[in-house]
Amino acid sequence: MSQFLRRMRKDPYLLTGTILTGFICLLVLWGLICSPYDPTEMDATARLAGASSAHLLGTDHLGRDVLSRILYATRVTLWIALGTVGVGAGCGTILGALTGYYGGLLDETLMRIIDVLFAFPSILLALVFVSLFGTGTSQVVLALGIAFIPSFARVVRGEFLRCLVQPYVEVARLQGVKHMRIIFVHILPNILPMLFSSILIGFNNAVLAEAGLSFLGIGSQPPYSSLGRMLSESQAYLFNRPGMVLAVGFVIVVMNLGFAFLGEGIKRWAK
Amino acid sequence: MRGILRKLAGAVLTLLAVTLLVFLAFRLIPGDPVTALLGTEITPERAAQLRAEMGLDDPLLVQYGRWVIHALGGDLGTSYSYSMPVSSMLAGKLPITLTMSLMAFVLSIALAIPLGILAAKHEGRIFDRVLLALCQVIMAIPPFFSGILLTYIFGIVLRWFTPGGFISYERDMVGFLRYLILPAVAIALPKAAMAAKLLRDSVIEEAGKDYVRTAYSRGNATMEVMYRHVLRNAILPVVTFLGMALADMVAGSIVVEQVFGIPGISRILLTSISNRDYPVVEAIILGIAGLVVVANLLVDLLYRLLDPRLREA
Amino acid sequence: MRSWRKGAGKIALLIVLSTLTATLGGCASGKAGQSDLSEITIGIPQDLDGLDPHRATAAGTKEVLFNIFEGLVKPDAAGDLQPAIAENYSIENGGQIYRFALRSGVRFHDNTEVTAEDVKYSLDRAAGLGGGEPIVAALSKIEGVEIKDAHTVEIKLNTQDTDFLPYLTVAIVPQHIEDLEKQPIGTGPYKFVSRSPQENVVLTRFDNYWGEKAYLRDVTLKIESNPDAIVMDLQGGSIDMFARLTTVQVDQLSRDQFTIYEGTMNLVQAMYLNNAEKPFDDVRVRQALCYAIDPQQIMDFVSDGAGTELGSSMFPAFTKYYLEELNHTYDQDLDKARELLTEAGYPDGFSFMLTVPSNYTQHVDTAQVLKEQLAKIGVDAQIQGIEWNSWLSDVYSGRKFQATVVGVDAANLTPSALLSRFVSDAGNNFCNYSNPAYDEAYAKAYEATNDADRTHYIKECERILSETAANVYIQDLPEFVALNKKYTGYTFYPLYVQDIAKLRPAAQ
Repeated sequence: MSQFLRRMRKDPYLLTGTILTGFICLLVLWGLICSPYDPTEMDATARLAGASSAHLLGTDHLGRDVLSRILYATRVTLWIALGTVGVGAGCGTILGALTGYYGGLLDETLMRIIDVLFAFPSILLALVFVSLFGTGTSQVVLALGIAFIPSFARVVRGEFLRCLVQPYVEVARLQGVKHMRIIFVHILPNILPMLFSSILIGFNNAVLAEAGLSFLGIGSQPPYSSLGRMLSESQAYLFNRPGMVLAVGFVIVVMNLGFAFLGEGIKRWAK
Repeated sequence: MRGILRKLAGAVLTLLAVTLLVFLAFRLIPGDPVTALLGTEITPERAAQLRAEMGLDDPLLVQYGRWVIHALGGDLGTSYSYSMPVSSMLAGKLPITLTMSLMAFVLSIALAIPLGILAAKHEGRIFDRVLLALCQVIMAIPPFFSGILLTYIFGIVLRWFTPGGFISYERDMVGFLRYLILPAVAIALPKAAMAAKLLRDSVIEEAGKDYVRTAYSRGNATMEVMYRHVLRNAILPVVTFLGMALADMVAGSIVVEQVFGIPGISRILLTSISNRDYPVVEAIILGIAGLVVVANLLVDLLYRLLDPRLREA
Repeated sequence: MRSWRKGAGKIALLIVLSTLTATLGGCASGKAGQSDLSEITIGIPQDLDGLDPHRATAAGTKEVLFNIFEGLVKPDAAGDLQPAIAENYSIENGGQIYRFALRSGVRFHDNTEVTAEDVKYSLDRAAGLGGGEPIVAALSKIEGVEIKDAHTVEIKLNTQDTDFLPYLTVAIVPQHIEDLEKQPIGTGPYKFVSRSPQENVVLTRFDNYWGEKAYLRDVTLKIESNPDAIVMDLQGGSIDMFARLTTVQVDQLSRDQFTIYEGTMNLVQAMYLNNAEKPFDDVRVRQALCYAIDPQQIMDFVSDGAGTELGSSMFPAFTKYYLEELNHTYDQDLDKARELLTEAGYPDGFSFMLTVPSNYTQHVDTAQVLKEQLAKIGVDAQIQGIEWNSWLSDVYSGRKFQATVVGVDAANLTPSALLSRFVSDAGNNFCNYSNPAYDEAYAKAYEATNDADRTHYIKECERILSETAANVYIQDLPEFVALNKKYTGYTFYPLYVQDIAKLRPAAQ
């Protein structure tokens, strides 16, 4: 911990990343512990009200407190982003590592499967999941996660191919180090930078894909909302209440940026 | 030669598998073209009659087989919801998405390569730092959000373009291209930022390697070292990324087509999925899968070209 | 060591700068030109589901095709049927024979004249008399169409029905056209020019129209697939008109630029209950829900109080049949609601799945307000958004649901369009409503030989639906239409119709 603090003082990336991610965590905690209103509580007398001391960010078209809804949506979106990228990056890395390392028939077969997944529209996949397992965020996380596997697998495979010819891998091989150890201890840490960048793109895509899905009636269900859904809804108020778009967009950007800087900081630290 | 044949066989298998999966998926989700066509005026008799007419009564594999045979003959079928040949329907939409994606692609390369090299040149200095931070921020802005922001700034505040005022290329080519600029920027920005950062990182990494130092110490000209060794190796991850970005074009344009109201392929894909219009969805998926296969082959080829060590692999 | 970098840097900077200037310079002149008042762009919420007037089923398609095709008779803005392709008609034999004298000189858009053969062909086609199922189910009552002479056509029904005229608004199409999907040729004030999937449908004025010609020459119907962008597109000028806006959208439009017309959508919005499914098979539970909700509050939330409260499956456009007093069968009374729930064996309430088609903002919003209101009597409505096609197949045809919020419209101006679906064995009775008393009242209404009796039994049907709380009736949704001030003349119909021919440039 103290090491982390010392490192933070030296690296602005780690510092900013920690602050931004901390901010998101605070938002989530705020929503959990003392949300100003119930995010679903409606008030007919204050519909689409502007910012005031009662409603810091105003209210939406059903008179619900926008701030409370953002706090709640942050939690939903965080779970979606982490879950989706977790599934996608986890499976993708393993697949990419194995195919990249072993090559041959395994590589050929798995890469073909990955191509198939890549071309398969994630919306259709999500529809299938929802019809098989019912509506819900978890189904969406799973469907999107699977849809994300190919891009991670390809990145990792490409990096593995690059690392395989590096002298340190050859040395390890000659020394008789076990394959699994070479894959996960020798090579994997070297491709983390690339992986981090892909993960960030993944966060972005997950947030948006979920927004698109909830518009179709998959994804998060009313009266609750996710940040992505709120962003697309607030587009309708762009004329009179541009602040709403900005507030929701701001949280999404901060969330992504927090992860990105944290990743970058950790990456530098690892070097 | 054998390698190429094997790759081709793999590509064909990929296409078959993905189209079959789409067929299966449509069987699993609720609704079919008949419920979509008849809407609330559906009666069991009409539905049965229509299903028989459309050949939806046949076993799944028979339907799939029929589709494959027709597709091999170049006949992609007829759209259920538009009663027009799928090929001519898509031919009208392809130029839109393709132009937009290509503009975005060119824009991202044009931005990424010089900026990446420039940042590497100024490694650790203020330009590099600002650029890096900027790249991070841009990558963190979803294209959907940047699309809304661009629309707000250029469409509502500055009134430089009409939001939703898409003009068909058949009517006015210049107006068409002009309208696509902002969407292309929205798509290109995060990709350019990502690619620039990748390039910068790997140029710096390559330039610090022993063989580069050796080359310099041998007295080779610096430009030659840069282009023959450093860039050639440094560009590998960028190529992978850009290859993927190319394959990702259609999927990536869904959101932007939505924000800017562009009637391109992605919008057709979305509505065709909700209308259960299999022939159209199958054709588009076939196209996307084809694109993925081609992009993969290209990336592979480029890898071999750029990195001689991989040629034997 | 550093020399290479300088050169590369300069080139790089040049490329970046030139790209940026190209980009920015490009958008600078993208401003929309001054639009010509002989043309108009109208936004429509979804693409047409077909161009064949007999096969199209979506309300959004029919309201557009109204401008291209006409029937023997045609509704006017008051909802009364006026002769169109027919010049006059007579109903004989107690409503078994409908005789039409055709108007002479009516032309199709390809300038061929409408003949008696075309009329017979069209009716036979729609009624499925050439074999197969009738394309338009309600026309199955037609037994035969006979050409009496070049200008007279006689339609014989298999039963007496004095209320059949509204069905004869079915489009008359030319016999010589093979495929109406490719060549939608009718007799209406506008003719079809072209369409581009998910982009637009282009119409132009038909100058040989037999009646009052349209004012505006060129009409582009632009498909607005993103409902959140409609306000932006109106305000920005890429569309001049949009019907069926929400109050939120209307509030954002500048009144200097747009005229807002307010009407009703002419549909019955309700929380439709699956009467065969527990717990809604118990009339007390259904009544409890009716007592728990307050339609006025829903309207306040969803549309600033606009809308018309409904108490049964009938909306006010049917002036002859609408019963306002049914709105008060269940005035909000939470104690009574709880009492009824206890009686039915649910003292602590229950939980149910409320399925809503996600693409309909108004219905989704209504469901959210309903959830809040029902929570007060301990009933937990779990909202489940569903894609429209899944709704059609699971809820509407499959009847696999507990409750759903939608609006049901009338395909034509006959009360049966709204009431026939509640007859126990009706094919479209998606609520599984089953009540012998209702079946009897409905049958009597359609056996009645005079108008007073028929009206009496139709009202009886409405009362039964209300008293047995077949569904939780809410409202007839308000319809807001925004029309750019450059134009005027928007006219509401008591039907799902957009009459473009009445739009005209505003006097300068």
